[in-house]
Amino acid sequence: MTAGGARPLAPWRWLGLPMLAVMAATILFALPMRFYGYGLPEPIFALPVAFAWAVIRPSMLGPVCVMLLGLFLDLLWGAPTGFWAVCLLLPYGIVLGGRTMLQGQSQLMMIIWYAAATILTIGAGYLLTMLDTQSSPDPLSVFWQFLATIVLYPFANQLIERFEDADVRFR
Amino acid sequence: MSLRDNPLGELRVPLTWTAGIVFVVVLIASVAILLSDRREAFDTDEYGNPRTMTDKVMAPVGDALSTPGRLTGQGVEGVRGYFFAVSENRRLKAELENARQWRDVAIALRDTNERYRQILGLKTDPPIPMATARIVTDSRGPFANSRLANVGREAGVHPGNPVMSENGLVGRVVGVTDGASRVLMLTDVASRTPVMIDRTNARAILTGDGGPNPKLDYLRGVNAVKSGDRVLTSGDGGVFPRGLPVGVAVKGLDGRWRVVLASDKAAVDYVRILLFEDFTQIVNRAALDKAQVPPPTPGASTLPPPAPPAPKLQAPAAATSAPPPPAAATSTPPPRTATPPAKAAATPAPKAPVAKAPATKTPAPKARAEPE
Repeated sequence: MTAGGARPLAPWRWLGLPMLAVMAATILFALPMRFYGYGLPEPIFALPVAFAWAVIRPSMLGPVCVMLLGLFLDLLWGAPTGFWAVCLLLPYGIVLGGRTMLQGQSQLMMIIWYAAATILTIGAGYLLTMLDTQSSPDPLSVFWQFLATIVLYPFANQLIERFEDADVRFR
Repeated sequence: MSLRDNPLGELRVPLTWTAGIVFVVVLIASVAILLSDRREAFDTDEYGNPRTMTDKVMAPVGDALSTPGRLTGQGVEGVRGYFFAVSENRRLKAELENARQWRDVAIALRDTNERYRQILGLKTDPPIPMATARIVTDSRGPFANSRLANVGREAGVHPGNPVMSENGLVGRVVGVTDGASRVLMLTDVASRTPVMIDRTNARAILTGDGGPNPKLDYLRGVNAVKSGDRVLTSGDGGVFPRGLPVGVAVKGLDGRWRVVLASDKAAVDYVRILLFEDFTQIVNRAALDKAQVPPPTPGASTLPPPAPPAPKLQAPAAATSAPPPPAAATSTPPPRTATPPAKAAATPAPKAPVAKAPATKTPAPKARAEPE
């Protein structure tokens, strides 16, 4: 019998299932539904997952999964191909680089890091859109998307809490 | 050979470094994909196979997933209609009363319009066929505003076709596959639509910015627009037919002129895709280039007096370019003799209707304003 803690973390558990959940949630929010005359917000569900993946452990599959999620968003939302892949990979890389600084930090610090990652994602999107279309997106719409994404932090936290200590090699 | 015997079996690479290298490679690949994207081209090949495949898959999925929401909405509307039937009836009666006045004005205007067309020998636009579709997915973020409609190539939809809801223009088709079309909304940051102000005929480019109210850029003329002016498509460039309702002009908080879209009055769930083909796509351009330019119309006041050799060419000119006005002059004598009797006989035929057109054009808005 092997000890549970020594078991390596199966990629489908911490990468595969969250990825499918993000795809399902994004499709659900892309349905043309209105409540009391208002459409649903469009949060970036992939961001909390990308943030959590970078915090949990370095992985060779992680960046590939982030890119796949980004390409999925591009195809579903009709953005230029590669747009969301780049926008999601940038915060993933920054958080992965600063992973040692994040270890053992308080909830508040984690929220600040997550907010910074969201700003980086949306800021990159803003700049890329400006370069592509030669015009700037509406700041108010950008702010709404930022707000809708930042409230998703509990999902990132839940994923981190669940898998941060799951692999003994990265405790 | 077992792994222990393999000389490379003892080689250990730190996972952090390999993860970093993979990250850099993936980022470079993503940037390369982004740079190679050409979203602006109106061509299905440029739109890309992955996109058409995704749209083909997403159309039935979105359709199935949105069915419960749609049915619930219809049920709620039914219940609401039952409980508010009396007030709704009152409102509809008032609207009908108003519409009757509009109908009388419209009949009078149509009659006047037909007479002018006859007199001027105008060729009216042919009716545009259309395909009805349901919206199955909807993206409404600041960086992309597009929707997927569940009608595609099989209905004759082409990239560039305008899309309308029952209230006004929604956008245009940018990608087509079997059973699905991708509609770029007017609010998308990449959307540019040539429009005009109905009151002043001033031209502008409607530029989306991801917000609900797109901007009016390159607005020409002084005081060309005021709050509440109706905005229509101008037809410039040939992508859209002229005169489709777009919305109403308002002054934005940033001091720029913006448009409250007519299509925002209600949820955009069903749309009409106009199978519109601009004449520049239909005509044989090579044949047009070979065609001889007709000589100037004799007697036209805007042209310099004809040069000496010109009179020799007048006979064929009259046969080619001038026939519609004289024909109209002979076929509809009563209205023309009523207004300028002497001039119509003295001056060539084209001058009279051309001079009349602006004079008769001005009363029209007044007549339209009466019911309000």
